[in-house]
Amino acid sequence: MAYLARRALNGIFLLFGVSLLTFLLVDLAPGEFFDEMRSNPRISAATIAGLRSEYGLDLPLPVKYFRWLRSATKGEGGFSFAYNSPAAPILLRRAQNTLLLTGTATLAAWLIAIPFGVWAAAKPGRWPDALAAGAIATLLAIPELILALLLLLLAVRSSFFPVGGAVSLNFAQMNVWSRLGDSTRHLFLPALCLLAGLLPMLLSHVRSAMKEALDSPFITAARAHGIPFQRLLFRHALAAAANPLISLFGFSLGILLSSSLVVEGIFAWPGLGQLLIEAILQRDFYLVVDSVVLATVFLICGNFLADLLLYTADPRIRTE
Amino acid sequence: MLEALHVSKRYTQGRAYWSKKFLVAALHDVSLKIESCSTLALVGESGAGKSTLGRCLALLEEPDSGEIWFDGKNLLTLQPGDLRTARRRIQFVFQDAAAAINPRFSAFEAIEEPLLIQGGLSRRERREQALDTMERVGLSPGSAHRPMLEFSGGERQRLALARALVLKPRLLILDEALSGLDPETKERLILLLLNLQACFALSYIFITHDLRIAARVADRIAVMQDGAIVESGSAATVLSEPQHTYTRALLDAIPGER
Repeated sequence: MAYLARRALNGIFLLFGVSLLTFLLVDLAPGEFFDEMRSNPRISAATIAGLRSEYGLDLPLPVKYFRWLRSATKGEGGFSFAYNSPAAPILLRRAQNTLLLTGTATLAAWLIAIPFGVWAAAKPGRWPDALAAGAIATLLAIPELILALLLLLLAVRSSFFPVGGAVSLNFAQMNVWSRLGDSTRHLFLPALCLLAGLLPMLLSHVRSAMKEALDSPFITAARAHGIPFQRLLFRHALAAAANPLISLFGFSLGILLSSSLVVEGIFAWPGLGQLLIEAILQRDFYLVVDSVVLATVFLICGNFLADLLLYTADPRIRTE
Repeated sequence: MLEALHVSKRYTQGRAYWSKKFLVAALHDVSLKIESCSTLALVGESGAGKSTLGRCLALLEEPDSGEIWFDGKNLLTLQPGDLRTARRRIQFVFQDAAAAINPRFSAFEAIEEPLLIQGGLSRRERREQALDTMERVGLSPGSAHRPMLEFSGGERQRLALARALVLKPRLLILDEALSGLDPETKERLILLLLNLQACFALSYIFITHDLRIAARVADRIAVMQDGAIVESGSAATVLSEPQHTYTRALLDAIPGER
């Protein structure tokens, strides 16, 4: 229990650090939201100064930080200049979409990587192993950007898949089943693109972790006791290979979040990544900070989940 | 009971497709025989082929040629199903007990697992047999649910022994099973092994480089050098009237004797 409490405390400290650093860096970046107005001759300098003080942009940085912190604890997360509304509701809608996309991709990637990787490791040097090695090399060699563009081309040509967005325009008028179908069709290509980026990494890790586990002496010993291969594979080797894979699960979330930035941009998927890029371009100060902090929260939650899994999976961590 | 005839085993070196293949002879035309309820010690230096022979006899490795007869059946030509049954009768105990048992298992799980595979036993029967075996090797059943890693070196070797014994084998191959333990623990385990031999009518193949242990436990001794048996006979004969120069050299190498 102390272990988990320590991990949770770590996460909270990390969150503070990330928010502080993001605040500093965004503040250091040149330009701000109202700069565009300055070039407009019809808006006087006094009006802009008035707007800046109204939105609190003229305050010193520490004061801004503490005001944001207070607002974040109330669940608002500051104010978006571009949307002219509190940041939280915008973020939440976007976060749902990002979670849907990355969650689907992660789930699918693991569901493919584990059985395929185990199968390849169980037959070293034979065709499943060669197939896995080939798939890993091919997928690694294709840049995500090119793949995303190719898939987009497919969407345009086939007209079966939509070219952007999370739902169709007439989504509100659909019944449950056509809503489900519509969401799935919108989700398919971006999720496939993320999956293709993640899969080679997971597959090669599953394969090598399993191979290493199968080489360990207790597997030989268990074989000597006449324990069948199936049980060796799943009860002994997979359990032994689980630790690095669970840690990798935490990592994979982080990688997915950053690659979803690109994919969301190309497929016009209304998620956090797209929001972040827009917010940076518009210098929408609090929205940038909030997006980064929210992504960090996802990452920390993912790693905490991995720790929790590790804790239940490995008796050695519990006795420590 | 077990008889090996003309067993040979070679290992290939140079795994890459383009590299030249070297064949290293690990066993060369080895024949040996062991009667039931007796102990054979396989002695020799590291690299003499003792372990390879042991692993071949336990079917952990397949010899390139030769025959291994066990209870009237040639193990190398058995169907997979019969092979698994035969395998239960021949059990192997490794030198490093810590590495030979899944570190995630508790003592009880480790001992129960072979029974689980055997099938046909109820939960209660398995439990009884596992706890009974634990007691037989001198482990308190009270510690059954402690994780494997909490046991000491000697206790782990007892645990490994229990795991091998729980299927009621007829032959136990102990590959340097007592090496690396302190003299007291070693002595206690030797007494335990002799005691178990009487209880279960077990045969042992003792693989060791330590002639003193061989002298202590073996009825017969086979001396190996460079993948072949150079001398074999009753323990008393081999130790008192060694014929081969290599055996004499081994005997001279024992510290504190002669």
